[in-house]
Amino acid sequence: MEEKKNLITVNIDGHDLEVAPGTNMVEAAAMLGKEIPHYCYHPKLSIAGNCRMCLVELGMPGRDRATGEAMLNEDGTPKIMWMPGPAIGCGTKASPGIHIKTDSPKALESREAVTEFLLVNHPLDCPICDQAGECTLQEFSSTHGRGYSRFIEEKNVKPKRTRLGPRVTLDDERCVLCSRCVRFSEEIAKDDVLGFTDRGSYTTLTCFPGKELANNYSLNTVDICPVGALTSTDFRFKMRVWFLKDSNSIDFETSVGANTVVSAREGKIYRIKPRRNDEVNDTWMTDSGRDLYKLVESEDRLTNCSIDGAEASAQDAIAKASELLKSAQGVAVVGSGLCSVEEQFALKAIAKSVEAKGVYLVARYGESDGILMSTDRNPNVRGALMTGLIDGLPEEELGDLGSKIDSGEVSTILVVKEDLVAAGLSEAQLKKITIVYLGAHKNATSGKASALLAGLTQFEKSGTVINQQFRIQKFHRVIPGPGGTIEDLYALASIQANISEDSFPSTVGSVWKQLRVGGTPLAGVSFKSLSDQGQLLDGSAFENLPFREGESLHFEPKREVVVAE
Amino acid sequence: MSIVIKRKPLNFLEKIYLPEIARGLATTFRRLWGKPVTLEYPEQRPTIPEGYRGVPTLVKDPEGREKCVSCQLCEFVCPPKAIRIKPGAISEDSEFAHVEKGPQEFDIDMLRCIYCGLCQEVCPEEAIWLQNDYSLSGYSRSEMVNDKEKLYELGGTLPDLHFKWKKKQEAAAKGSGH
Repeated sequence: MEEKKNLITVNIDGHDLEVAPGTNMVEAAAMLGKEIPHYCYHPKLSIAGNCRMCLVELGMPGRDRATGEAMLNEDGTPKIMWMPGPAIGCGTKASPGIHIKTDSPKALESREAVTEFLLVNHPLDCPICDQAGECTLQEFSSTHGRGYSRFIEEKNVKPKRTRLGPRVTLDDERCVLCSRCVRFSEEIAKDDVLGFTDRGSYTTLTCFPGKELANNYSLNTVDICPVGALTSTDFRFKMRVWFLKDSNSIDFETSVGANTVVSAREGKIYRIKPRRNDEVNDTWMTDSGRDLYKLVESEDRLTNCSIDGAEASAQDAIAKASELLKSAQGVAVVGSGLCSVEEQFALKAIAKSVEAKGVYLVARYGESDGILMSTDRNPNVRGALMTGLIDGLPEEELGDLGSKIDSGEVSTILVVKEDLVAAGLSEAQLKKITIVYLGAHKNATSGKASALLAGLTQFEKSGTVINQQFRIQKFHRVIPGPGGTIEDLYALASIQANISEDSFPSTVGSVWKQLRVGGTPLAGVSFKSLSDQGQLLDGSAFENLPFREGESLHFEPKREVVVAE
Repeated sequence: MSIVIKRKPLNFLEKIYLPEIARGLATTFRRLWGKPVTLEYPEQRPTIPEGYRGVPTLVKDPEGREKCVSCQLCEFVCPPKAIRIKPGAISEDSEFAHVEKGPQEFDIDMLRCIYCGLCQEVCPEEAIWLQNDYSLSGYSRSEMVNDKEKLYELGGTLPDLHFKWKKKQEAAAKGSGH
């Protein structure tokens, strides 16, 4: 926040407003709750000023040319010298005493004229356009449009179905040439592939020769396209947006924890879009993160619980799991960085009750792209640290657990979401142990489980995760889980209750009543009061751990990154 | 509090009933030989007035193109949620590929339909019409759901000559003049 003394006063439609220097007039008007219509302006991109939709009337306090003194009206107020023509709001920075009119007849007339020109060559194919319902051109045409066309000449013809890349399809007739996508590719994705060719009304958006829009951020161009020109090939013609119900969620792809909005209709997810969080992901997210909704209906989805391979009710499977864990001599717990904070808290309680011989997480690392893909592909390793489930960073291989199995110290393992085979245990080692598995998808471990609990994906439950900045963020249930599955937290809480013969909270809200009690870094947080923008926690206790995340958007590592050999 | 209404006592003629029977039979015989006022449904069918709202149907244009582009506005507006559409892209090798989008599935549940006509009113492509058919029956619930094939069979061809999408195709073939 700027110092109070640095703020400057601007006047919008007669209201004085104090803003930080450099604020443009579109943002300043938004602070007053006034919308200045715009297409090309985007808060996270450079200002191009080419759509001309945000025209406003502009005036400055007059000064006498001869004396340099302020000119005053008869009543002593400064005399405002209005400019004869309108100026663009997005390109006008706040300066002391500046006056603008956003709804004067001249400003409105300018917008109407711009709208009419934009619609001259627009195909008006809203019935088949995926943007219909969330299209700014559609909205501003209804507020600033004429309602009929004076254009009797033939409309321009442009390419209707250009493949810009593997995930983006372009309908050039709908394009209003705002250049947001061009600026995004250049400034944010750092993959300069888009540009305009031809002149005037023939201007066409294309990829540079021999290139395509294939980077992992290409679908952000679809999000920021104010019209239906850039469409997602995956979402194309799937569902009209007015049927979709949005829920706030978090991207589970990496430890960045990009904020997302997941849109679903009647228990089926159709798309994932980024949600603005200026501290985490601005308004962007990766393309790969948008594909995660396919996990819900993937072929390897577990849809029923089982005992020794035979289908069983969730209650029976929980009872069996509790019995196996309670009666076993050496129990180890393999948790997951994909679990929510609440589940990790329940896992910790179980580990304590069974006097676990070891608690492990499986690390996943990948290439960082320096933007929103961090090295750590687990969304919630810091949650496991904060809840005390683990006290050091996880390894990619469970070598330590393997030797404990070989020595006979561990005979039973509670596995959540992870695959022990992929984590380096051999088939022979798996044969020596009893496995209790909780997870949403089949893998080599789930096939060998004596008690198998079919869990939920992140879209079917609520909870919190802690990202690389130690920011705790919550995600909400988007759709109900399929029949036969059981909520992970409920399953873990029931197991803990059975083992300890004491009650254990089984809902997210009630877990937080225990999690927030003093002394822990999570004190003072609760699921209910946590804002959807998240809350930074004090992660100083873990500062010395060798986290591998490098620099990315809004994140700088606290200590020097240890490069893996 | 109850009110007792006194009945007028019957006179002699009314007490013997015979004049009243004769009056009733006179009406019967007058109708027996007069012009009938009822229709012998289902052999005889009434003439349907213009603007009648019967069973909703889908129509094709004179060239055989299905007019529906699956914008799903009718599905949205339908008060009893009788309409279900699965949109999809029209395949590239189709004659009508230039329309890009069309319904893959289109179901109207006639057990839900209330014949309000909002679907017809909202349709931007004039593809859905409530036509003259009013009599529906079936042996199961699933029979009462009209699928896309049935809807086009009921709907037939709309003799309109806008050819909105054909004009677009022709403009595209002509090129941009650039």
